[in-house]
Amino acid sequence: MRDVAVIGIGMTQFGELWGKSIKDIFVEAASKAIKNAGVDHIDSMYVGSMSSGLFVGQEHLGAILADYLGQTPIPSTRVESACASGGAAFRAAYFEVASGASDIVLAGGVEKMTDGADVTDALATAADQEYEVYQGVTFPGLYAMIANAHMHEYGTTREQLAAIAVKNHRNGAHNPNAQFRNPVTLEQVMNSTLVADPLRLLDCSPVSDGGAAVILCSMDIAKKFTDTIIKIKGTAQASDTIALHSRKSLTTLNSVVTAAQKAYKMAGVTPSDINFAEVHDCFTIAEAVVYEDLGFCEKGCGGPAAEEGRTAIEGKTPLNTSGGLKSKGHPVGATGIAQIIELYEQLTGQAGKRQVKNAHIGLAQNMGGSGASCVINILEAK
Amino acid sequence: MISPKYHREIPQRYRLEAGKCKACGNVSFPPRLVCPECGKNEFEMVRLNDEGKLLTYTIIRVASDKFFGTTPFAVGIVELKDGVKLTAQIADVNFDDLKIGQKVKLVFRKIQDEGKSGLHCYGYKAILI
Repeated sequence: MRDVAVIGIGMTQFGELWGKSIKDIFVEAASKAIKNAGVDHIDSMYVGSMSSGLFVGQEHLGAILADYLGQTPIPSTRVESACASGGAAFRAAYFEVASGASDIVLAGGVEKMTDGADVTDALATAADQEYEVYQGVTFPGLYAMIANAHMHEYGTTREQLAAIAVKNHRNGAHNPNAQFRNPVTLEQVMNSTLVADPLRLLDCSPVSDGGAAVILCSMDIAKKFTDTIIKIKGTAQASDTIALHSRKSLTTLNSVVTAAQKAYKMAGVTPSDINFAEVHDCFTIAEAVVYEDLGFCEKGCGGPAAEEGRTAIEGKTPLNTSGGLKSKGHPVGATGIAQIIELYEQLTGQAGKRQVKNAHIGLAQNMGGSGASCVINILEAK
Repeated sequence: MISPKYHREIPQRYRLEAGKCKACGNVSFPPRLVCPECGKNEFEMVRLNDEGKLLTYTIIRVASDKFFGTTPFAVGIVELKDGVKLTAQIADVNFDDLKIGQKVKLVFRKIQDEGKSGLHCYGYKAILI
């Protein structure tokens, strides 16, 4: 397999984009990425979307988006791995270029969640319909059960989870594409409405519209388009049982552990080589558990990490400098690609007030369901 | 929820029928065609023990439209005495009494309705013992 580079990025504002359709949102992001990369064509495209059928009643997204992007007759496929759809689309594009089948491929993601669907019900299709959702469980509920188990096992506190939301809102305030650009205080998080105990409204990522796209090409031609080469150094994906209750542990996400080990091995790095990471903080507890399962610390220290500033922009391992899902927004299928965009901006020194010093290697961790899918990508500035 | 789908799950929801792998003895609930422990595919039907303990729980304050009007309600993950784990609502409970490790028993209850004029859908819920 040959080396692959990311050479261009584009995304929309994340938020409640009432005036824009799923097609408008994707075409805006993809057009920006094509222009940013400076390519005159793309050979194919992959689009991550979790549930366009339930959210807007439109399937066959690959074709409709290629059509509206003016790219027919190139091959165009929608990729679905629940909330990890964007990361999975990125991997599909990576393999198509790495294999030599194509030279320039677009990886995108999009979700339009505010057109009136029952969002809680649509998102719950990422869990076991008959044996979890039938009982009334929601996604906040699943992560709340992880949170209660983590608190019981490791003494994680409510304040520590709130510190994650505070940190991510602080970062997101500096991200022009973020849905929420307002800082929040610990008190505001702690006093926000309960959604699923112990998780409160400000522990939860929002309902969002948004699109994101990146252009991948083979390393040998990347220099034709840009001087700042960003290499895909490692990529891995893993699965776990669909139902949270089927796991041997409720506080370790095995798909994250497995994908991380594989991605580190492919990249030839260890957790201490990672300068910063974008992780899937769909709920505050998710960031704490993922921080542990990526091997940045021992089990149980994911709670204190944000509270002690270790995951802040100026900390040892900055997490979610973009604002994360919490503050930047979580248009589900777009999230995995938006994480790659934050890595690209950090690695090319374009992150402005969010810039991490000495950012050479970044990791993006994107997961679906209560951790039944996990995609990890490691990028490096060459 | 649609009726044929509901009908298929009745043995599990009403009677806690599970599949015990004839090769390794692992019990799958619901039954599977491939044993997740050993990969073999011959099973005998067993009925789950209906007592166990609470591994974790939450109180759902915001539910999907299907559960409109039923919030707040408690949900937990229960480990039954035979080692099988499942997700169930916790019924008849004062939320302040919930704690991890508590002993529970599964009982037969109405879970939801199939639309405004369809079937009442039943199954197991847990109660504290």
